[in-house]
Amino acid sequence: MKNLRWLWLLVTLGVLAEGFRVAMFVVPPDAAQGDVQRIFYYHFASWCGMGLFYLINLLGSVAYLAWRNSKPATALKADSLAVTSAEIGVVFCTVGLVTGSLWGRAVWGIWWTWDPRLTSTFVLWLIYIAYLLLRRLAAGPQMRTLAAVMAIFGYVDVPIVYMSTRWWRTQHPQPVFFGGPNSGIASSMMPAVWWNMAGWMMWGIWVASLRYQSIHNEQLAEEEDTRQSLETAL
Amino acid sequence: MKRPYVLVHLAKDLRIEWRSKDAANAMLFFALLVVAIFSLAFDPTDPGLHKFTGAILCVAIMFAAVSSLNQVWARELQNQVLDAQRMTNAGANDLFIGKVLANFLFLTIVEIILAPFFVIFYNLRVVGNAWTLAVIIPLGTWALVVNGVFFAALSIRTRSRELLLPLILLPIFIPALLAMVVSTSAVITGASDPGIWIKMLAVYDIIFTTVCLLLFDTVLHAEG
Repeated sequence: MKNLRWLWLLVTLGVLAEGFRVAMFVVPPDAAQGDVQRIFYYHFASWCGMGLFYLINLLGSVAYLAWRNSKPATALKADSLAVTSAEIGVVFCTVGLVTGSLWGRAVWGIWWTWDPRLTSTFVLWLIYIAYLLLRRLAAGPQMRTLAAVMAIFGYVDVPIVYMSTRWWRTQHPQPVFFGGPNSGIASSMMPAVWWNMAGWMMWGIWVASLRYQSIHNEQLAEEEDTRQSLETAL
Repeated sequence: MKRPYVLVHLAKDLRIEWRSKDAANAMLFFALLVVAIFSLAFDPTDPGLHKFTGAILCVAIMFAAVSSLNQVWARELQNQVLDAQRMTNAGANDLFIGKVLANFLFLTIVEIILAPFFVIFYNLRVVGNAWTLAVIIPLGTWALVVNGVFFAALSIRTRSRELLLPLILLPIFIPALLAMVVSTSAVITGASDPGIWIKMLAVYDIIFTTVCLLLFDTVLHAEG
């Protein structure tokens, strides 16, 4: 397991290096925006990472709710997975917001605007931080149930975020996929998109595996503590 | 004939409130304070303020509601009333909807009393169709109350719960607040059509009411 993890890290670093090379030196600069558009490859990869990890968070939370009584051990794993993915989702979301803001400064001339899509993503960021806060402030085993419920609420906001570009007039460029005609990016730029997306996903999965292990160990230790104190009480 | 459980819960909450008037009084006074403080902080004679009165109204309602929603379940915690309710025949959702309807009524009453003060303090002139506000404000209030009652129940067994409620409620409520503020401002200034924002508010209400109903049982019985 340990060797596999190191191997994974090596491959990830390789993919990220190749992604950097392709994004910076191989693909052509954007016709209208020039080189500043290259930040998009990191921006887009972060949103994909965010989407993936928030989805895992939802699945983990639902699995926890479904199995918490029938299969406690599996449910505990699902809960570890949920909290791990929420943390990494927040990291990706932060990177996405920062890279978007840097790009906005160069292209729109402003760091931030309360455009609906930006606003909704910022709201998502707040919701998942609230989720992590809830996990800290709530005590005992019921905390996991409450957090799982909160995670479902958080995810309900995700489609609102995605649809917001269509419901509202927006300053944000059209989405890359399913954006309709005249949206998306030139095919000559796609290699940079794919390499970076793959690299950052792999990086996310690598960090997630470390974090999952440590959270799950903590949970097991907590359970053991509770069991021992119950035994002493008896 | 037996009354539905939801009406029993509603009647109980209304009766308790009618006798004590705690929540409505506190909310009303708090909302009045927010309106007065904003009116002092901004210059009410400034013609540019007209654009912001909708926002101030919505934020005043929001703060007032959050301050009282913290107490929604506190009464049920005394003498283990909540545990007793968990053991009754009534479903969790009857309890939830009863609570939401009661608080929706309280907040609506507060808003109706607040309206004349608002007109006086801000020299309010509604340029657009004022009746649209009778749709927007209840939709926004419902969004606030349904989520507020839900998250109050969720945070009731946590440490520093009075701090936690706004922390988890406000991020979830932001999309609805945005829709409420923009549509209210659109009506007051008459500058744009609030239609799309009202639809957005209605969709938000439907989605979150459904999610609350699906998950309330889990929250009420959360013990491990």
